[in-house]
Amino acid sequence: MRWRRRLSRLPLHLFLLAVVLIWLAPSLGLFVSSFRPKEDLYSSGWWTLISDPSRARFTLENYRQVLLREGMGRAFLNSFIIAVPTTLLTIGVAALAAYALAWMDFRGRQILLVSVVGLIVVPLQLSLIPILRIYRTLHLNGTFPGVWLAHTGFGLPFMIYLLRNFFAALPSELFESAFIDGASHFTAFTRLLLPLSVPVLASAAIFQFLWVWNDLLVALVFLGGYEQVAPLPLKLALLVGSRGQDWHLLTAAAFISMIVPLMVFLSLQRYFVRGILAGALKG
Amino acid sequence: MEGPGRGTRPGPRLYLAPALVFLGLFLVYPSIRTIVLSFYGPRSQNFVGFHNYLTAFTSSSMLTAFRNNLLWLLVFTFFSVGMGLVLAVLLDRVRYEALVKSIVFLPMAISYVAAGVIWKFMYAYRPASAAQIGLLNAIVVALGGKPIGWLIERPWINNLALIAVGVWVWTGFCTVVISAAYKGIPKEMLEAARIDGASEWQVFLRITIPFLKSTLAMVTTTMIVFVLKVFDIVYVMTNGAYDTEVIANRMYKEMFLYQNYGLASAIAVILFLLIVPFILINIRRFRAQEAVR
Repeated sequence: MRWRRRLSRLPLHLFLLAVVLIWLAPSLGLFVSSFRPKEDLYSSGWWTLISDPSRARFTLENYRQVLLREGMGRAFLNSFIIAVPTTLLTIGVAALAAYALAWMDFRGRQILLVSVVGLIVVPLQLSLIPILRIYRTLHLNGTFPGVWLAHTGFGLPFMIYLLRNFFAALPSELFESAFIDGASHFTAFTRLLLPLSVPVLASAAIFQFLWVWNDLLVALVFLGGYEQVAPLPLKLALLVGSRGQDWHLLTAAAFISMIVPLMVFLSLQRYFVRGILAGALKG
Repeated sequence: MEGPGRGTRPGPRLYLAPALVFLGLFLVYPSIRTIVLSFYGPRSQNFVGFHNYLTAFTSSSMLTAFRNNLLWLLVFTFFSVGMGLVLAVLLDRVRYEALVKSIVFLPMAISYVAAGVIWKFMYAYRPASAAQIGLLNAIVVALGGKPIGWLIERPWINNLALIAVGVWVWTGFCTVVISAAYKGIPKEMLEAARIDGASEWQVFLRITIPFLKSTLAMVTTTMIVFVLKVFDIVYVMTNGAYDTEVIANRMYKEMFLYQNYGLASAIAVILFLLIVPFILINIRRFRAQEAVR
Protein backbone atom coordinates (compact mmCIF):
# COMPACT_ATOMS: atom_id res chain seq x y z
CA MET A 1 0.00 0.00 0.00
CA ARG A 2 2.88 2.26 0.75
CA TRP A 3 4.21 2.44 -2.82
CA ARG A 4 0.72 3.27 -3.93
CA ARG A 5 0.59 6.29 -1.65
CA ARG A 6 4.02 7.28 -2.85
CA LEU A 7 2.87 6.97 -6.46
CA SER A 8 -0.15 9.20 -5.84
CA ARG A 9 2.23 11.87 -4.63
CA LEU A 10 4.39 11.64 -7.74
CA PRO A 11 2.65 14.51 -9.61
CA LEU A 12 3.27 16.76 -6.62
CA HIS A 13 7.00 15.99 -6.65
CA LEU A 14 7.20 16.40 -10.42
CA PHE A 15 5.48 19.77 -10.26
CA LEU A 16 7.87 20.99 -7.59
CA LEU A 17 10.83 19.65 -9.57
CA ALA A 18 9.64 21.66 -12.57
CA VAL A 19 9.40 24.76 -10.38
CA VAL A 20 12.93 24.24 -9.09
CA LEU A 21 14.23 23.84 -12.66
CA ILE A 22 12.47 26.97 -13.89
CA TRP A 23 13.88 28.97 -11.00
CA LEU A 24 17.42 27.58 -11.22
CA ALA A 25 18.03 27.05 -14.93
CA PRO A 26 18.21 30.74 -15.96
CA SER A 27 20.80 31.64 -13.32
CA LEU A 28 22.69 28.39 -13.87
CA GLY A 29 22.84 29.05 -17.60
CA LEU A 30 24.25 32.51 -17.01
CA PHE A 31 26.80 31.21 -14.53
CA VAL A 32 28.03 28.37 -16.77
CA SER A 33 28.14 30.57 -19.87
CA SER A 34 30.22 33.24 -18.18
CA PHE A 35 33.11 30.74 -17.99
CA ARG A 36 32.88 29.49 -21.57
CA PRO A 37 35.23 30.71 -24.31
CA LYS A 38 33.57 33.16 -26.67
CA GLU A 39 33.62 30.79 -29.69
CA ASP A 40 32.02 27.95 -27.72
CA LEU A 41 29.34 30.21 -26.31
CA TYR A 42 28.13 31.15 -29.78
CA SER A 43 28.40 27.69 -31.36
CA SER A 44 26.41 25.68 -28.82
CA GLY A 45 23.99 26.19 -25.93
CA TRP A 46 25.28 25.99 -22.35
CA TRP A 47 23.09 22.95 -21.64
CA THR A 48 25.13 20.86 -24.10
CA LEU A 49 27.79 20.71 -21.38
CA ILE A 50 25.44 18.56 -19.35
CA SER A 51 24.79 16.13 -22.18
CA ASP A 52 28.40 16.11 -23.35
CA PRO A 53 30.75 17.14 -20.52
CA SER A 54 33.84 15.93 -22.39
CA ARG A 55 33.59 18.90 -24.77
CA ALA A 56 33.51 21.42 -21.95
CA ARG A 57 36.16 24.12 -21.97
CA PHE A 58 36.36 26.86 -19.39
CA THR A 59 38.14 30.18 -19.21
CA LEU A 60 38.45 33.24 -16.99
CA GLU A 61 39.10 35.47 -19.99
CA ASN A 62 35.55 36.90 -19.96
CA TYR A 63 35.96 38.01 -16.36
CA ARG A 64 39.39 39.45 -17.04
CA GLN A 65 37.98 41.47 -19.89
CA VAL A 66 34.90 42.90 -18.14
CA LEU A 67 36.73 43.63 -14.91
CA LEU A 68 39.75 45.32 -16.41
CA ARG A 69 38.73 46.62 -19.81
CA GLU A 70 34.98 47.19 -19.54
CA GLY A 71 35.13 48.89 -16.14
CA MET A 72 33.21 46.35 -14.04
CA GLY A 73 36.10 46.29 -11.54
CA ARG A 74 35.77 50.01 -11.02
CA ALA A 75 31.97 49.66 -10.81
CA PHE A 76 32.33 46.97 -8.15
CA LEU A 77 34.36 49.38 -6.04
CA ASN A 78 31.87 52.20 -6.73
CA SER A 79 29.01 50.02 -5.51
CA PHE A 80 30.74 49.63 -2.15
CA ILE A 81 31.60 53.33 -1.99
CA ILE A 82 27.92 54.09 -2.56
CA ALA A 83 26.22 51.36 -0.52
CA VAL A 84 28.27 51.30 2.71
CA PRO A 85 28.09 54.99 3.73
CA THR A 86 24.45 55.18 2.61
CA THR A 87 23.52 52.22 4.80
CA LEU A 88 25.28 53.62 7.87
CA LEU A 89 23.81 57.08 7.37
CA THR A 90 20.27 55.79 6.83
CA ILE A 91 20.35 53.46 9.82
CA GLY A 92 21.77 56.16 12.08
CA VAL A 93 19.26 58.84 11.14
CA ALA A 94 16.38 56.36 11.16
CA ALA A 95 17.27 54.90 14.56
CA LEU A 96 17.26 58.34 16.20
CA ALA A 97 13.88 59.23 14.69
CA ALA A 98 12.42 55.81 15.43
CA TYR A 99 13.46 56.11 19.07
CA ALA A 100 11.72 59.47 19.35
CA LEU A 101 8.60 58.10 17.67
CA ALA A 102 8.54 55.05 19.94
CA TRP A 103 9.56 56.37 23.36
CA MET A 104 9.18 60.13 23.49
CA ASP A 105 6.06 62.16 24.04
CA PHE A 106 5.53 65.18 21.86
CA ARG A 107 2.78 66.93 20.01
CA GLY A 108 2.18 65.71 16.45
CA ARG A 109 3.75 62.31 17.05
CA GLN A 110 0.82 60.40 15.59
CA ILE A 111 0.61 62.62 12.52
CA LEU A 112 4.33 62.25 11.92
CA LEU A 113 4.10 58.50 12.25
CA VAL A 114 1.23 58.26 9.78
CA SER A 115 3.08 60.58 7.35
CA VAL A 116 6.13 58.32 7.48
CA VAL A 117 3.97 55.28 6.68
CA GLY A 118 2.37 57.21 3.83
CA LEU A 119 5.74 58.26 2.40
CA ILE A 120 6.96 54.65 2.14
CA VAL A 121 5.26 53.95 -1.19
CA VAL A 122 5.37 57.42 -2.73
CA PRO A 123 7.12 56.84 -6.08
CA LEU A 124 10.66 58.22 -6.33
CA GLN A 125 9.71 59.67 -9.69
CA LEU A 126 7.78 62.39 -7.88
CA SER A 127 11.03 63.72 -6.36
CA LEU A 128 13.61 63.24 -9.08
CA ILE A 129 13.36 66.38 -11.23
CA PRO A 130 13.55 69.05 -8.50
CA ILE A 131 16.41 67.22 -6.76
CA LEU A 132 18.25 66.87 -10.05
CA ARG A 133 17.98 70.63 -10.57
CA ILE A 134 19.17 71.44 -7.07
CA TYR A 135 22.07 69.01 -7.56
CA ARG A 136 23.04 70.69 -10.80
CA THR A 137 23.31 74.11 -9.16
CA LEU A 138 25.19 72.68 -6.17
CA HIS A 139 27.42 70.49 -8.40
CA LEU A 140 26.33 67.37 -6.51
CA ASN A 141 25.41 65.66 -9.76
CA GLY A 142 27.71 62.77 -10.57
CA THR A 143 29.23 62.76 -7.08
CA PHE A 144 29.14 60.09 -4.37
CA PRO A 145 27.84 62.44 -1.62
CA GLY A 146 24.94 63.33 -3.93
CA VAL A 147 23.84 59.68 -4.17
CA TRP A 148 24.48 59.01 -0.47
CA LEU A 149 22.13 61.83 0.48
CA ALA A 150 19.46 60.97 -2.09
CA HIS A 151 19.42 57.28 -1.18
CA THR A 152 19.21 58.15 2.50
CA GLY A 153 16.27 60.45 1.91
CA PHE A 154 14.44 57.84 -0.19
CA GLY A 155 15.21 54.95 2.17
CA LEU A 156 14.33 56.73 5.41
CA PRO A 157 10.54 56.31 5.60
CA PHE A 158 10.74 52.54 5.45
CA MET A 159 13.75 52.34 7.78
CA ILE A 160 12.06 54.57 10.37
CA TYR A 161 8.90 52.48 10.11
CA LEU A 162 10.78 49.19 10.47
CA LEU A 163 12.86 50.30 13.46
CA ARG A 164 10.00 52.12 15.18
CA ASN A 165 7.84 48.98 15.07
CA PHE A 166 10.59 47.01 16.75
CA PHE A 167 11.49 49.69 19.31
CA ALA A 168 7.85 50.23 20.28
CA ALA A 169 7.41 46.50 20.89
CA LEU A 170 10.08 46.46 23.62
CA PRO A 171 8.63 46.20 27.15
CA SER A 172 7.93 49.66 28.56
CA GLU A 173 9.01 48.65 32.12
CA LEU A 174 12.55 48.53 30.79
CA PHE A 175 12.52 52.21 29.88
CA GLU A 176 10.45 53.30 32.85
CA SER A 177 12.84 51.81 35.38
CA ALA A 178 15.80 53.31 33.51
CA PHE A 179 14.20 56.75 33.59
CA ILE A 180 13.34 56.38 37.29
CA ASP A 181 17.01 55.62 37.90
CA GLY A 182 17.72 58.98 36.34
CA ALA A 183 18.78 57.85 32.87
CA SER A 184 18.57 60.48 30.14
CA HIS A 185 17.14 59.73 26.71
CA PHE A 186 20.66 59.63 25.39
CA THR A 187 21.65 56.96 27.89
CA ALA A 188 18.47 54.97 27.22
CA PHE A 189 19.13 55.16 23.50
CA THR A 190 22.80 54.18 23.52
CA ARG A 191 22.98 51.82 26.53
CA LEU A 192 19.58 50.18 26.49
CA LEU A 193 17.96 50.38 23.09
CA LEU A 194 20.83 49.85 20.66
CA PRO A 195 22.27 46.72 22.36
CA LEU A 196 18.78 45.19 22.46
CA SER A 197 18.19 45.97 18.79
CA VAL A 198 21.22 44.35 17.19
CA PRO A 199 19.20 41.73 15.26
CA VAL A 200 16.71 44.25 13.86
CA LEU A 201 19.47 46.72 13.06
CA ALA A 202 21.21 43.91 11.17
CA SER A 203 18.05 43.12 9.20
CA ALA A 204 17.51 46.79 8.44
CA ALA A 205 21.13 47.29 7.39
CA ILE A 206 21.10 44.26 5.10
CA PHE A 207 17.85 45.38 3.52
CA GLN A 208 19.08 48.93 2.88
CA PHE A 209 22.50 47.74 1.69
CA LEU A 210 21.00 45.38 -0.89
CA TRP A 211 18.39 47.92 -1.90
CA VAL A 212 21.11 50.46 -2.68
CA TRP A 213 23.47 47.83 -4.15
CA ASN A 214 20.74 46.72 -6.59
CA ASP A 215 19.35 50.16 -7.40
CA LEU A 216 19.30 51.35 -10.98
CA LEU A 217 16.95 54.35 -11.06
CA VAL A 218 18.68 56.63 -8.54
CA ALA A 219 22.11 55.87 -10.04
CA LEU A 220 20.78 56.44 -13.54
CA VAL A 221 19.34 59.85 -12.67
CA PHE A 222 22.10 61.27 -10.47
CA LEU A 223 25.16 59.48 -11.90
CA GLY A 224 23.85 58.85 -15.41
CA GLY A 225 26.40 60.75 -17.47
CA TYR A 226 29.40 59.91 -15.28
CA GLU A 227 30.73 56.44 -16.11
CA GLN A 228 33.68 56.57 -13.71
CA VAL A 229 31.36 56.71 -10.68
CA ALA A 230 28.71 54.24 -11.99
CA PRO A 231 27.77 51.38 -9.64
CA LEU A 232 27.29 47.79 -10.88
CA PRO A 233 23.65 47.80 -12.05
CA LEU A 234 24.15 51.07 -13.95
CA LYS A 235 27.37 49.79 -15.52
CA LEU A 236 25.67 46.52 -16.43
CA ALA A 237 22.74 48.36 -17.99
CA LEU A 238 25.21 50.49 -19.99
CA LEU A 239 26.94 47.31 -21.20
CA VAL A 240 23.60 45.88 -22.32
CA GLY A 241 23.15 49.05 -24.34
CA SER A 242 26.62 49.14 -25.89
CA ARG A 243 27.45 45.41 -26.20
CA GLY A 244 23.97 43.91 -26.32
CA GLN A 245 24.97 40.79 -28.25
CA ASP A 246 28.32 40.09 -26.57
CA TRP A 247 27.01 37.39 -24.29
CA HIS A 248 30.46 36.28 -23.14
CA LEU A 249 30.86 39.74 -21.55
CA LEU A 250 27.28 40.27 -20.39
CA THR A 251 27.07 36.92 -18.59
CA ALA A 252 30.32 37.57 -16.69
CA ALA A 253 29.32 41.16 -15.91
CA ALA A 254 25.89 40.12 -14.65
CA PHE A 255 27.41 37.48 -12.41
CA ILE A 256 29.88 39.99 -10.96
CA SER A 257 26.94 42.23 -10.05
CA MET A 258 25.25 39.28 -8.31
CA ILE A 259 28.15 37.95 -6.22
CA VAL A 260 27.68 40.18 -3.17
CA PRO A 261 23.88 39.84 -2.97
CA LEU A 262 24.19 36.06 -3.36
CA MET A 263 26.77 35.85 -0.60
CA VAL A 264 24.64 37.99 1.67
CA PHE A 265 21.61 35.88 0.87
CA LEU A 266 23.33 32.55 1.45
CA SER A 267 25.13 33.53 4.66
CA LEU A 268 22.56 35.83 6.29
CA GLN A 269 19.36 34.39 4.87
CA ARG A 270 17.42 34.67 8.11
CA TYR A 271 18.06 38.41 8.54
CA PHE A 272 17.58 38.97 4.87
CA VAL A 273 14.18 37.26 4.69
CA ARG A 274 13.06 39.06 7.84
CA GLY A 275 13.99 42.40 6.32
CA ILE A 276 12.20 41.62 3.06
CA LEU A 277 9.07 40.45 4.84
CA ALA A 278 8.94 43.60 6.91
CA GLY A 279 9.58 45.46 3.67
CA ALA A 280 6.31 44.21 2.19
CA LEU A 281 4.98 47.74 2.38
CA LYS A 282 7.75 49.25 0.32
CA GLY A 283 6.89 47.28 -2.82
CA MET B 1 4.55 57.21 28.72
CA GLU B 2 6.63 59.59 30.82
CA GLY B 3 10.18 60.22 29.74
CA PRO B 4 12.93 61.76 31.84
CA GLY B 5 12.32 65.10 33.56
CA ARG B 6 11.19 68.23 31.79
CA GLY B 7 14.77 69.48 31.82
CA THR B 8 15.51 67.51 28.64
CA ARG B 9 12.59 69.06 26.75
CA PRO B 10 14.40 69.76 23.47
CA GLY B 11 14.91 65.97 23.29
CA PRO B 12 12.42 64.91 20.63
CA ARG B 13 13.36 67.75 18.30
CA LEU B 14 17.02 66.81 18.48
CA TYR B 15 16.35 63.16 17.69
CA LEU B 16 13.92 63.94 14.89
CA ALA B 17 15.76 66.83 13.27
CA PRO B 18 18.09 64.84 10.95
CA ALA B 19 15.23 62.69 9.68
CA LEU B 20 12.93 65.66 9.18
CA VAL B 21 15.58 67.52 7.20
CA PHE B 22 16.07 64.52 4.90
CA LEU B 23 12.35 63.85 4.47
CA GLY B 24 11.68 67.51 3.82
CA LEU B 25 14.50 68.06 1.34
CA PHE B 26 14.27 64.77 -0.55
CA LEU B 27 10.60 63.85 -0.44
CA VAL B 28 8.18 66.56 0.67
CA TYR B 29 9.57 69.66 -0.99
CA PRO B 30 10.49 67.97 -4.33
CA SER B 31 7.06 66.33 -4.53
CA ILE B 32 5.29 69.66 -4.18
CA ARG B 33 7.69 71.23 -6.65
CA THR B 34 7.04 68.45 -9.17
CA ILE B 35 3.30 69.04 -8.93
CA VAL B 36 3.90 72.74 -9.69
CA LEU B 37 6.28 71.95 -12.57
CA SER B 38 3.70 69.68 -14.16
CA PHE B 39 1.69 72.80 -15.06
CA TYR B 40 4.65 74.44 -16.80
CA GLY B 41 6.33 73.95 -20.18
CA PRO B 42 9.37 71.79 -21.02
CA ARG B 43 11.83 74.28 -19.46
CA SER B 44 9.48 75.29 -16.62
CA GLN B 45 9.28 78.91 -17.83
CA ASN B 46 5.72 79.36 -19.05
CA PHE B 47 2.50 78.24 -17.39
CA VAL B 48 0.61 75.84 -19.65
CA GLY B 49 -2.31 74.73 -17.46
CA PHE B 50 -3.35 71.17 -18.04
CA HIS B 51 -1.57 70.88 -21.37
CA ASN B 52 0.98 68.30 -20.13
CA TYR B 53 -1.78 66.14 -18.68
CA LEU B 54 -3.68 66.34 -21.94
CA THR B 55 -0.56 65.16 -23.77
CA ALA B 56 0.02 62.42 -21.19
CA PHE B 57 -3.47 61.05 -21.65
CA THR B 58 -3.60 61.29 -25.45
CA SER B 59 -0.12 60.62 -26.89
CA SER B 60 0.12 57.17 -28.42
CA SER B 61 3.27 56.22 -26.50
CA MET B 62 1.57 57.01 -23.20
CA LEU B 63 -1.56 55.11 -24.20
CA THR B 64 0.65 52.10 -24.96
CA ALA B 65 2.29 52.54 -21.57
CA PHE B 66 -1.08 52.66 -19.80
CA ARG B 67 -2.21 49.54 -21.63
CA ASN B 68 0.97 47.69 -20.72
CA ASN B 69 0.85 48.67 -17.07
CA LEU B 70 -2.72 47.37 -17.04
CA LEU B 71 -1.55 44.12 -18.64
CA TRP B 72 1.22 43.86 -16.03
CA LEU B 73 -1.32 44.58 -13.31
CA LEU B 74 -3.60 41.74 -14.38
CA VAL B 75 -1.13 39.08 -15.51
CA PHE B 76 1.79 39.74 -13.18
CA THR B 77 -0.37 40.05 -10.07
CA PHE B 78 -2.41 36.96 -10.91
CA PHE B 79 0.62 34.75 -11.54
CA SER B 80 2.91 35.96 -8.77
CA VAL B 81 0.23 35.79 -6.07
CA GLY B 82 -1.27 32.61 -7.61
CA MET B 83 2.07 30.82 -7.78
CA GLY B 84 2.87 31.98 -4.27
CA LEU B 85 -0.40 30.53 -2.98
CA VAL B 86 -0.02 27.23 -4.84
CA LEU B 87 3.58 26.80 -3.67
CA ALA B 88 2.75 27.74 -0.08
CA VAL B 89 0.05 25.04 0.07
CA LEU B 90 2.00 22.35 -1.82
CA LEU B 91 5.33 22.89 -0.09
CA ASP B 92 3.66 22.33 3.27
CA ARG B 93 3.25 18.69 2.24
CA VAL B 94 6.86 17.84 1.42
CA ARG B 95 9.99 17.46 3.51
CA TYR B 96 12.24 19.54 1.27
CA GLU B 97 10.12 22.67 1.75
CA ALA B 98 12.92 24.93 3.03
CA LEU B 99 15.21 24.12 0.12
CA VAL B 100 12.62 24.90 -2.56
CA LYS B 101 11.66 28.10 -0.76
CA SER B 102 15.29 29.26 -0.75
CA ILE B 103 15.65 28.52 -4.46
CA VAL B 104 12.46 30.36 -5.40
CA PHE B 105 13.35 33.27 -3.10
CA LEU B 106 16.86 33.69 -4.50
CA PRO B 107 15.96 36.10 -7.36
CA MET B 108 14.72 38.59 -4.72
CA ALA B 109 18.35 39.10 -3.71
CA ILE B 110 19.68 40.20 -7.10
CA SER B 111 19.02 43.39 -9.03
CA TYR B 112 16.30 43.67 -11.66
CA VAL B 113 19.07 44.58 -14.07
CA ALA B 114 20.81 41.25 -13.44
CA ALA B 115 17.49 39.41 -13.65
CA GLY B 116 16.89 41.22 -16.94
CA VAL B 117 20.24 40.09 -18.35
CA ILE B 118 19.66 36.50 -17.15
CA TRP B 119 16.34 36.35 -18.96
CA LYS B 120 17.51 38.23 -22.02
CA PHE B 121 19.96 35.37 -22.41
CA MET B 122 17.13 32.82 -21.93
CA TYR B 123 15.18 34.64 -24.66
CA ALA B 124 18.17 34.98 -27.01
CA TYR B 125 17.04 34.71 -30.62
CA ARG B 126 19.03 33.58 -33.61
CA PRO B 127 17.88 32.65 -37.12
CA ALA B 128 16.78 29.05 -37.64
CA SER B 129 20.01 28.29 -39.54
CA ALA B 130 22.27 29.12 -36.55
CA ALA B 131 22.70 27.19 -33.29
CA GLN B 132 20.29 28.52 -30.66
CA ILE B 133 22.06 29.77 -27.54
CA GLY B 134 18.88 30.81 -25.70
CA LEU B 135 17.30 27.92 -23.83
CA LEU B 136 13.73 28.78 -24.76
CA ASN B 137 14.33 28.90 -28.50
CA ALA B 138 16.42 25.73 -28.28
CA ILE B 139 13.37 24.01 -26.79
CA VAL B 140 11.08 25.49 -29.44
CA VAL B 141 13.39 24.32 -32.23
CA ALA B 142 13.84 20.89 -30.66
CA LEU B 143 10.06 20.53 -30.68
CA GLY B 144 10.06 21.31 -34.40
CA GLY B 145 9.09 25.00 -34.25
CA LYS B 146 10.71 28.12 -35.64
CA PRO B 147 12.73 30.34 -33.25
CA ILE B 148 10.61 33.09 -31.71
CA GLY B 149 11.67 36.70 -31.19
CA TRP B 150 10.48 36.69 -27.59
CA LEU B 151 11.25 40.35 -26.99
CA ILE B 152 10.20 41.50 -30.46
CA GLU B 153 6.87 39.86 -31.28
CA ARG B 154 4.33 42.53 -30.37
CA PRO B 155 2.13 43.09 -28.57
CA TRP B 156 1.51 39.95 -26.53
CA ILE B 157 4.59 37.71 -26.64
CA ASN B 158 7.11 40.42 -25.78
CA ASN B 159 5.04 41.98 -23.02
CA LEU B 160 4.28 38.60 -21.50
CA ALA B 161 7.98 37.70 -21.75
CA LEU B 162 8.82 40.78 -19.68
CA ILE B 163 6.05 40.05 -17.19
CA ALA B 164 7.42 36.50 -16.77
CA VAL B 165 10.68 38.00 -15.50
CA GLY B 166 8.74 39.96 -12.88
CA VAL B 167 6.90 36.81 -11.82
CA TRP B 168 10.20 34.93 -11.59
CA VAL B 169 11.58 37.60 -9.27
CA TRP B 170 8.54 38.09 -7.01
CA THR B 171 7.05 34.58 -6.63
CA GLY B 172 9.50 33.77 -3.83
CA PHE B 173 8.33 36.76 -1.83
CA CYS B 174 4.66 35.79 -2.28
CA THR B 175 5.40 32.17 -1.37
CA VAL B 176 7.24 33.01 1.84
CA VAL B 177 4.63 35.52 3.05
CA ILE B 178 1.63 33.35 2.20
CA SER B 179 3.32 30.25 3.59
CA ALA B 180 3.88 31.96 6.95
CA ALA B 181 0.14 32.70 7.15
CA TYR B 182 -0.80 29.22 5.90
CA LYS B 183 1.13 27.65 8.76
CA GLY B 184 -1.11 29.64 11.10
CA ILE B 185 -4.24 27.74 10.07
CA PRO B 186 -5.10 25.33 12.92
CA LYS B 187 -4.35 21.83 11.62
CA GLU B 188 -7.37 20.40 13.50
CA MET B 189 -9.63 22.59 11.42
CA LEU B 190 -8.28 21.16 8.15
CA GLU B 191 -8.35 17.60 9.53
CA ALA B 192 -11.91 17.93 10.81
CA ALA B 193 -13.10 19.05 7.39
CA ARG B 194 -11.31 16.15 5.70
CA ILE B 195 -12.82 13.62 8.14
CA ASP B 196 -16.24 15.11 7.40
CA GLY B 197 -15.65 14.08 3.80
CA ALA B 198 -14.60 17.41 2.27
CA SER B 199 -12.37 17.06 -0.81
CA GLU B 200 -8.97 18.78 -0.88
CA TRP B 201 -10.41 21.32 -3.29
CA GLN B 202 -13.28 22.12 -0.93
CA VAL B 203 -10.90 22.46 1.99
CA PHE B 204 -8.84 24.86 -0.10
CA LEU B 205 -11.81 26.99 -1.15
CA ARG B 206 -13.81 26.96 2.09
CA ILE B 207 -11.10 27.08 4.74
CA THR B 208 -7.68 27.97 3.33
CA ILE B 209 -8.73 30.90 1.14
CA PRO B 210 -10.99 32.61 3.73
CA PHE B 211 -8.31 32.16 6.37
CA LEU B 212 -5.62 33.71 4.14
CA LYS B 213 -7.80 36.57 2.92
CA SER B 214 -6.03 39.46 4.65
CA THR B 215 -2.56 38.09 3.78
CA LEU B 216 -3.55 37.67 0.14
CA ALA B 217 -4.89 41.22 0.12
CA MET B 218 -1.61 42.52 1.55
CA VAL B 219 0.51 40.59 -0.95
CA THR B 220 -1.71 41.69 -3.83
CA THR B 221 -1.44 45.38 -2.93
CA THR B 222 2.35 45.00 -2.68
CA MET B 223 2.43 43.47 -6.17
CA ILE B 224 0.22 46.24 -7.58
CA VAL B 225 2.47 48.95 -6.14
CA PHE B 226 5.46 47.20 -7.74
CA VAL B 227 3.65 46.96 -11.08
CA LEU B 228 2.71 50.62 -11.16
CA LYS B 229 6.35 51.61 -10.63
CA VAL B 230 7.89 48.86 -12.80
CA PHE B 231 10.93 50.28 -14.55
CA ASP B 232 14.29 48.44 -14.42
CA ILE B 233 13.19 45.22 -16.14
CA VAL B 234 11.68 47.08 -19.09
CA TYR B 235 14.51 49.62 -19.29
CA VAL B 236 17.16 46.91 -19.52
CA MET B 237 15.40 44.33 -21.67
CA THR B 238 13.61 46.38 -24.34
CA ASN B 239 13.72 50.03 -23.24
CA GLY B 240 10.10 50.20 -24.31
CA ALA B 241 10.77 49.20 -27.93
CA TYR B 242 8.17 47.21 -29.91
CA ASP B 243 5.24 48.48 -27.85
CA THR B 244 6.57 47.38 -24.46
CA GLU B 245 6.60 50.88 -22.95
CA VAL B 246 5.53 51.40 -19.32
CA ILE B 247 4.68 54.58 -17.42
CA ALA B 248 7.89 54.83 -15.36
CA ASN B 249 10.13 54.31 -18.40
CA ARG B 250 8.15 56.94 -20.30
CA MET B 251 8.72 59.38 -17.44
CA TYR B 252 12.45 58.66 -17.51
CA LYS B 253 12.63 59.26 -21.26
CA GLU B 254 10.74 62.54 -21.10
CA MET B 255 13.06 63.67 -18.33
CA PHE B 256 16.42 62.63 -19.78
CA LEU B 257 16.07 62.02 -23.48
CA TYR B 258 13.71 64.88 -24.34
CA GLN B 259 14.39 67.15 -21.34
CA ASN B 260 10.68 67.90 -21.20
CA TYR B 261 10.42 68.55 -17.47
CA GLY B 262 6.78 69.65 -17.67
CA LEU B 263 5.54 66.44 -19.27
CA ALA B 264 7.87 64.26 -17.18
CA SER B 265 6.49 65.89 -14.02
CA ALA B 266 2.91 65.36 -15.18
CA ILE B 267 3.64 61.64 -15.75
CA ALA B 268 5.21 61.42 -12.28
CA VAL B 269 2.10 63.03 -10.78
CA ILE B 270 -0.15 60.58 -12.63
CA LEU B 271 1.96 57.71 -11.29
CA PHE B 272 1.60 59.16 -7.82
CA LEU B 273 -2.17 59.51 -8.15
CA LEU B 274 -2.42 55.86 -9.20
CA ILE B 275 -0.54 54.91 -6.03
CA VAL B 276 -2.53 57.17 -3.64
CA PRO B 277 -5.18 54.49 -2.94
CA PHE B 278 -2.43 52.14 -1.80
CA ILE B 279 -0.92 54.81 0.43
CA LEU B 280 -4.32 55.11 2.10
CA ILE B 281 -4.63 51.32 2.40
CA ASN B 282 -1.20 51.14 4.06
CA ILE B 283 -2.09 53.90 6.50
CA ARG B 284 -5.34 52.17 7.38
CA ARG B 285 -3.55 48.87 7.91
CA PHE B 286 -0.97 50.60 10.09
CA ARG B 287 -3.70 52.18 12.20
CA ALA B 288 -5.38 48.81 12.66
CA GLN B 289 -2.04 47.31 13.78
CA GLU B 290 -1.52 50.15 16.24
CA ALA B 291 -4.99 49.66 17.70
CA VAL B 292 -4.13 46.02 18.47
CA ARG B 293 -0.87 46.96 20.19
